[in-house]
Amino acid sequence: MTKPLLRAENLEISFGGIRAANGVSLEIGEGEFVAIIGPNGSGKTTFLNLCTGYIRPTRGKVWLGDMEITRMAPRAIARRGIARAFQIPQLFADHSVLDNVMLAIAARRGIWDALNPLDRPDYRREAGELLDLLDLGAHADTIAGTLPEGLRKLADVTVAMALDPKLLLLDEPTSGVSALERFPLMDTLMKAMRTRGITALFVEHDMDIVENYADRVIVWEAGKVMAEGKPADVMKDPRVLENVVGVA
Amino acid sequence: MNRSSLALLAAALLIAGLAPLAFPFLQFVLTIALAKGFAALGVALLLRAGLISLGHAMFYAVGAYAAAFLAKSLGFTDMMGLIVAATIVSGLCGLLVGLFLVRYRAIFFAMLNLAVSMVVFALLSKLYGLTGGTDGMAVAVPTLFGLTLTKEGSDTVLFYLALVLAAGLGLVVHRYLKSPLGHALSAVHSNEVRLEYLGVSAASTLLTAYTISATLAGLGGAIAALSIGHVLPEFAFWTQSGQLVLTAVLGGISGIAGPFLGAAFLEGVHTLAVGTVADAWNLIVGAVLLVVIFFLPRGLFGLIEKIAGRKTQAGETEL
Amino acid sequence: MLQTLIPLFVDALASAALIFFVAVGLTLVFSVLRVLNVAHGSFYSIGAYAAASLGLWIVSAGLPDWLTFPALVLSAAFVALLFGPLVENTLVRWTYGKSDAVQVLVTFGLFLILEDLQKMVFGVQSLYQDTPMSMLGITELGGIVYLNYQLLLIVLAGVVLVALRLFIGHSRTGRLIAAVVADREVSQALGIDTNRMYTIAFTLGVFLAALGGAMATPTSGVSPGLGADTMVLAFAVAAIGGLGQVEGAAIASLIVAVAKVLAIYFAPEFDAVAPYVVMLAVLLVKPYGLFGSPTTRRI
Repeated sequence: MTKPLLRAENLEISFGGIRAANGVSLEIGEGEFVAIIGPNGSGKTTFLNLCTGYIRPTRGKVWLGDMEITRMAPRAIARRGIARAFQIPQLFADHSVLDNVMLAIAARRGIWDALNPLDRPDYRREAGELLDLLDLGAHADTIAGTLPEGLRKLADVTVAMALDPKLLLLDEPTSGVSALERFPLMDTLMKAMRTRGITALFVEHDMDIVENYADRVIVWEAGKVMAEGKPADVMKDPRVLENVVGVA
Repeated sequence: MNRSSLALLAAALLIAGLAPLAFPFLQFVLTIALAKGFAALGVALLLRAGLISLGHAMFYAVGAYAAAFLAKSLGFTDMMGLIVAATIVSGLCGLLVGLFLVRYRAIFFAMLNLAVSMVVFALLSKLYGLTGGTDGMAVAVPTLFGLTLTKEGSDTVLFYLALVLAAGLGLVVHRYLKSPLGHALSAVHSNEVRLEYLGVSAASTLLTAYTISATLAGLGGAIAALSIGHVLPEFAFWTQSGQLVLTAVLGGISGIAGPFLGAAFLEGVHTLAVGTVADAWNLIVGAVLLVVIFFLPRGLFGLIEKIAGRKTQAGETEL
Repeated sequence: MLQTLIPLFVDALASAALIFFVAVGLTLVFSVLRVLNVAHGSFYSIGAYAAASLGLWIVSAGLPDWLTFPALVLSAAFVALLFGPLVENTLVRWTYGKSDAVQVLVTFGLFLILEDLQKMVFGVQSLYQDTPMSMLGITELGGIVYLNYQLLLIVLAGVVLVALRLFIGHSRTGRLIAAVVADREVSQALGIDTNRMYTIAFTLGVFLAALGGAMATPTSGVSPGLGADTMVLAFAVAAIGGLGQVEGAAIASLIVAVAKVLAIYFAPEFDAVAPYVVMLAVLLVKPYGLFGSPTTRRI
């Protein structure tokens, strides 16, 4: 791989005797759309937390491009280009969807502005474009806390994308979304990300989604990378089938 | 700001400005109302971030004592100069105290503010040499750009100056609340984690708000000092902080006019009640606070809006 | 030197005992109900007023002096039973589930009301009722004179600490309360009457505060404003120990009392400020107190 966008080397961390990360090493290239799969408790979310500065590893390092981000605070990592969408959507519940997105844009463009309104033409325009890209345009003025679950997830991703990140981390983007809505949701997300040239890493449990959307799959097990490769290949791996997919 | 709000504001200012011409006793009441209004506005700002300062009277006191002290020990008596200097001093104090306090939220924040303010009260009461102790300090009648004034003259100038400042600073704070930084402030209350993941420091956002709120309170204190002509340690006492909180909550925290409205209302009632129920003032304040919390979460301002038929808009704050 | 220090130290321990009563009540209520009752200090002063009034009445009615002792505890119990369930069921319960700001404002409103109510009921003069203290007399040991009443306070504080620990750890009600602290929802699912637990815990907290106030009357009396001063001090002590930590409150009471003594010895004007200096110092290093944590969940 040419210079990877994200590189993890030998990450280790334990929580109360459980090795949530047991020597994790991987590389994500620019433009890739990589899925992380694995049984519950295998350390997938821990890995996302390590990449976003929520927790610090006891050993090992993480790089974003040339920069080592292992010990940076979430705030600093967000500014350096990693954005995160959460498993439980984290929005400013009492603000409108549009305000949520505009605030993210302002955070990127300069939050230290105390005299000009947040609601300004160019922020509105950019927010509007982004919302349309994610098919949320109709809900721009809805109060975020009142959105239905599936749309809340989309809104969460929109806010993350408003940061114009180099790398987007998605924690189970289709969980809590009805079976009917999953593929349309992923279609929308993929289209938006390809348009913006965003590299994405997503944790997922739904194998159909993984097969159809991921360029590459990394399989987690007991805090380590067990296997990786193209979805078709990984799905044939007997160890993966046994441990992750649940087929004997 | 939309047309009707602007018109309402202009009308309110006009009424406030002209009323003392008809009823001279109102001038003092309104001056104090404006002074406390500034301080209550400071409290309201923090309330938007979900933080209650139970000790904000300390900055009011700092502003008041700074004005008194500068006049006394430096012989500096210019009205504008004193107000500016005292405001800066309280702003700096706010910055220093804020550096420590913005790490905390909710109850801890409230009580720590209370504790610090009681320390300020204790120091003001004990340091007799510097502050005059429990007797307080007298404040000389200020001059205006070199001109000596009578007490009446200076009071009138002070009143209109306070009115202009309220309008001007009110608009500035209004812009602040509509700005990215202002939105970040209420975002801290909404979802602090999300804000951090946007790359924004909640602590810095809060510190900015805290410093601004301390500055506003100090401004109020300076105006009060010049108007009353005397400063006392009681300016920093927790009961004063309590009244400021009530003023903010009563007036309504979603706009700028609310705190001033609340202050005018309370000062008015207090003046009327002085003869009769002065001994039960805290009880009244407490009871009204409970009533407002239970039945009027958006305060008097919200009540007025309801009567005027305006619906709640997106992003408006209530407790 | 010892001649001056030991009496000062005993003074410190006695005042630590009084502060412990009110601080541990505050921290207990916080631990169980997750509510910081800004009116908690008022129950201290109401307890003090009640005890002083009752004691004065006993003496003036010609009743035997020794009755002033049970009067102290009875007054505290009376205050607790009068205010505890009432306040918890109405004001405090209304705030469950609402934002912290509401909780602070509601208890603050109660505080304001109680301050004036006290003045209206008990008047604005200081009350002083020292019969229990004078009855117990003094002891002399090694040339130093000890007030037996102070020794009683210290012993009582120790008893309360042990009793609380036994209650929480070993009595049925105490264990139920601990369960509610650990997990509210599971407790409810198990059929525990959480509302009753809250009322009991709150009333216990009020009792402890009132007891502190009552026990303080023979040595310090009571006057308007005691409630406010005590509230802030109780919070400082509870914060230093860690909100929700019973033993922490005990240790913090000791630390604060020692700080006050040192201040009296070295810088008498600042003895009132000493507890807050300690609080500042502790919180700068340990933001949630010596034994506390951001999600303190144990008593």
